[in-house]
Amino acid sequence: MQQGRRNNILFNIDWVIVILYLALVFMGWINIYSAVYDDTHQSILDTSCQYGKQLIWIGAAIGVIIIVLLIDSKFYSTFAYVMYVLGCLLLLSVLLFGKEVNGAKSWFEIGTFRMQPVEFAKIAVCLALARLMSSENFSFKVVRNYMYVGIILGIPMLMILLQNDTGSALVFCTFIFVMFREGMNKVLFVSAFALIFLFIFALLVETSLLMLIVGLICVIGMTMLCGRNKYTRIVLYSAVAYSLVAVVLCILSPELAEKSINFAMIGYGAISLLMLVMFFISKMKPILFAMILMIGMGGFVYSVDYIFNNVLQEHQRSRIMDLLGKNDDVLGTGYNVHQSKIAIGSGGMLGKGFLHGTQTKYKFVPEQSTDFIFCTIGEEWGLLGITVILVLFGILIVRIINKAERQRSVFSRIYGYGVASILFFHVAINIGMTIGLAPVVGIPLPFFSYGGSSLWAFTILLFIFVRLDADRLQVFR
Amino acid sequence: MKEFSVRRYPVVAIFVIVLLAIWIKALLLMFDSSLKQSAENNSRRRIVQYPSRGIIYDRDGNILVCNEAAYDLMLTPHQMQEFDTAMLCADLSITKEEVESRILKAKKYSMYRPSIFMKQIDSKVYAQMQEHLYRYPGFYVQNRTLRKYNGGIAAHVLGDIGEVSEAQIEADPYYQSGDYVGKSGVERGYENILRGEKGVSFYLVNVKGVVQGSYEDGKYDTVAIQGNDITLTISSELQEYGERLMANKVGAVVAIEPSSGEVLAMVSMPTYDPQLMVGRVRGKNYDSLLRAPYKPLINRAVSSTYPPGSTFKVAQALVALQEGVITPNQSFPCDKSKVGCHNHPTPTSVSMGIQMSCNPYFYFVFRRLVQRGLDRNIYKDAAIGLGLWKEKIETLGFNHAFNVGVPGVNKGQIPGPDYYNRLYGEGRWAFSTIYSVSIGQGEVLVSPLQMANYASILANRGYYITPHLLKQINGEDYEGEMAQKVVTPFDRKYFDICVEGMDWVVNKPGGTGHNAYIPGITVCGKTGTAQNPHGKDNSVFMAFAPKEDPKIAIAVYVENAGFGGTWAAPIARLMMEKYIKGEISDPNLEQRILTTSILPNATR
Repeated sequence: MQQGRRNNILFNIDWVIVILYLALVFMGWINIYSAVYDDTHQSILDTSCQYGKQLIWIGAAIGVIIIVLLIDSKFYSTFAYVMYVLGCLLLLSVLLFGKEVNGAKSWFEIGTFRMQPVEFAKIAVCLALARLMSSENFSFKVVRNYMYVGIILGIPMLMILLQNDTGSALVFCTFIFVMFREGMNKVLFVSAFALIFLFIFALLVETSLLMLIVGLICVIGMTMLCGRNKYTRIVLYSAVAYSLVAVVLCILSPELAEKSINFAMIGYGAISLLMLVMFFISKMKPILFAMILMIGMGGFVYSVDYIFNNVLQEHQRSRIMDLLGKNDDVLGTGYNVHQSKIAIGSGGMLGKGFLHGTQTKYKFVPEQSTDFIFCTIGEEWGLLGITVILVLFGILIVRIINKAERQRSVFSRIYGYGVASILFFHVAINIGMTIGLAPVVGIPLPFFSYGGSSLWAFTILLFIFVRLDADRLQVFR
Repeated sequence: MKEFSVRRYPVVAIFVIVLLAIWIKALLLMFDSSLKQSAENNSRRRIVQYPSRGIIYDRDGNILVCNEAAYDLMLTPHQMQEFDTAMLCADLSITKEEVESRILKAKKYSMYRPSIFMKQIDSKVYAQMQEHLYRYPGFYVQNRTLRKYNGGIAAHVLGDIGEVSEAQIEADPYYQSGDYVGKSGVERGYENILRGEKGVSFYLVNVKGVVQGSYEDGKYDTVAIQGNDITLTISSELQEYGERLMANKVGAVVAIEPSSGEVLAMVSMPTYDPQLMVGRVRGKNYDSLLRAPYKPLINRAVSSTYPPGSTFKVAQALVALQEGVITPNQSFPCDKSKVGCHNHPTPTSVSMGIQMSCNPYFYFVFRRLVQRGLDRNIYKDAAIGLGLWKEKIETLGFNHAFNVGVPGVNKGQIPGPDYYNRLYGEGRWAFSTIYSVSIGQGEVLVSPLQMANYASILANRGYYITPHLLKQINGEDYEGEMAQKVVTPFDRKYFDICVEGMDWVVNKPGGTGHNAYIPGITVCGKTGTAQNPHGKDNSVFMAFAPKEDPKIAIAVYVENAGFGGTWAAPIARLMMEKYIKGEISDPNLEQRILTTSILPNATR
């Protein structure tokens, strides 16, 4: 009995993930239907329409799922590197023979059938990374291993960048979460994060304001590390007081606000000096640490700002601003985000109802069935729909992580983390860009965006994990 | 690597926090009301339904202005396909280059939104090209209405319509750019009655501006309300006759029905065919009329003011009698040393003074009015006297702009003490400075409309109804503020004396207006020969008839035509006879007037 249950895959697969998957795919199709719906095409099976085609993709995806589940779980770890090499070759060939769509040369075209290899490359990279990091002697204590991980990630990233598909290349950054979980140096992890955030915010936020915030974070962190110490409290109070005065002055006088960068610098210097004095009196290490961190971060922010404004050329600047979605030109580059925000904002609490969205249906939002499919959800289903979808994705991602933690096989665990990270990155960046929170990089919303390649790739990605999870008890037995 | 399993918590925490941040940002978007407004602006198109403008009838029910269907040929460039350009050129009678430049213009405006390819195609051309229209994909025809002015008469009364000006849009939010609005004449004067009420429909459009359906099932749509039809007091027969009589002359004729204040005819010469101001030719014609000699666009009947000349003497007599400075049988010698005069017997009564139009007689009358001896200082005395005179004389409708129904009404001028104080300085003028006012010269300015109204007061022996052009709205008699009865402060007996004098002007030997004599009808009139600094004297005549139960009061101005009795009087006579009898008893006179050309040399 016990044996029979183990052997029957249907009993061992995680049905919660399967149901979440089916729910998301179904909602995705509903919204594609709504996004492209018009009165002239009434039949839901009309294959000349995107929703008709998507229905075919979904049907085919079920077949793909069955195949993925039928393959032995050892296959995936055994052939991980082979698939990685195949994936890289696919990326290379698309670079040579591919077709350019929207400025990115990332499509294969065979007749009317189009395929985007980059979606499948993610699976291959995820498998290869899991294979590498699960090998017996692998440890992040050995610096050489960072290099191996870097090579595995770097080769496909470079080729995707050469395809001019920056968004998809950025997806590979998400593996930093996997690396962190598997023992990456935490200072490295935190500083990598800090640098990315500081880089983006240095361009998005007023430099002086950012430096004030950075300074305050450092001082507060220092205070927490040093405990209730009178010296640290002096630094904390003076930093807070200084920040308040600076902010009030900037609000009161626009001329001062323009010069507030100098303000921030003076304050920075003053507080750093204060910290230095404190350190010599109290000899408390965290004070020195906070001071160095503060000066380092401040210097980084300032140099990003300086390089951006003084070293880069105009067209480079505008490219970066476009990438960050910071372009204010609502009729030019900023158009998509502006229209997308209008569509979502007009949805209200409960939305305008299925097929009643005016912004998405009347094509004000470009790419609304693919990258901007979230607008349709926001407009027609309102905050309710947005909440439901975010919650479903959240449950899916957290469930995958929990399942990954339960794996006996390291390969399965790392792969699970990889799946969760990829899904998270896609969800966060895709939805983030539709609401103006993330740079506009064309990456799809998993299970929602129209397109066979992306649907199949995410399906395979997810169900390889389901397959691995179903076999978790068999490992080492 | 179990030692790192605790790291799942920060990873999960980061994932959850980021998703939460996204949810909060989405929540903020929902509360951003400006986004909702932008969404509506994006997708909601407001389309105005234009009402048809009211029809204008004359007092006998003839249609003066109606609406005529016209067609705008519209083009939506992105729907355009290859078509036979030569055929389109032939249909519209334009050149190939013109077709190309118009297509380019439409494309520049928008590839997806229709714009006017050719506006106001008349129905004949449309009928011809209608058959071919299916061969021009992307083109379609939009109906609109144009004004049609029948008979080519009364251009100044009827006026025209044109696109609303920026200033008017600012003043009245009803108007929007591109609306048509009355520009002159009653089209402008009764704009609010004629225009109706625009309707609005809301449609949903897609990003290309193509209509997708009605907005909220038309919940916010309003229906256009058709403009009201109006009936004018104008008799087109009399109007047309007046325009014929005044042909090749410069001046104005205004005829009023005294009992009602209704304006029967309002002729301003030179005139033009109002149909010239319709449609595509409007701009071109407007420009050429603006530059034409004698300024045909000016409505001389209400906008031009002239010295009234001797016609003013009746008013002087009325005021002097009412003020008690003279008696009905007052006699003054014809002393030509002060003012010039023609040879005539000495007038021994007011009526005779009027009959003979004796200049010295009214010189003395006015002197008594001005220098009443109320102050020892003659300058102060003159100021007091002139003030009292001005107050009285203005009750006859002078120095007052009547709301007759057309724009550009000039109130004329009656000089008072303030006027002369400004001109000469206080205490530096007296009667001897201003005596030319006594015979309607100098600073007195009266419009033909005021002159006709003045004749109307005399016909009514004491009151007038504000002259107006509006008789009915949608077939119901108009009794609004435009037609108020105004009673003048003069005794009936004094009117009788003056009217008697006017009777003698026409019907007694020695009268100056015998050219206005109509057999069988007692015409009362007064001639005027107003000196004109620009050239020959203006010929003026005001009259009413019949003496008892007057049917018509009239004022005729002929610029630079000389003596009032020679030209203005016979024109007035023919108009009155035409109106009262319907036929002319003296075809020779009529012929002479019709064929005479009195065009001043000066192109003013």
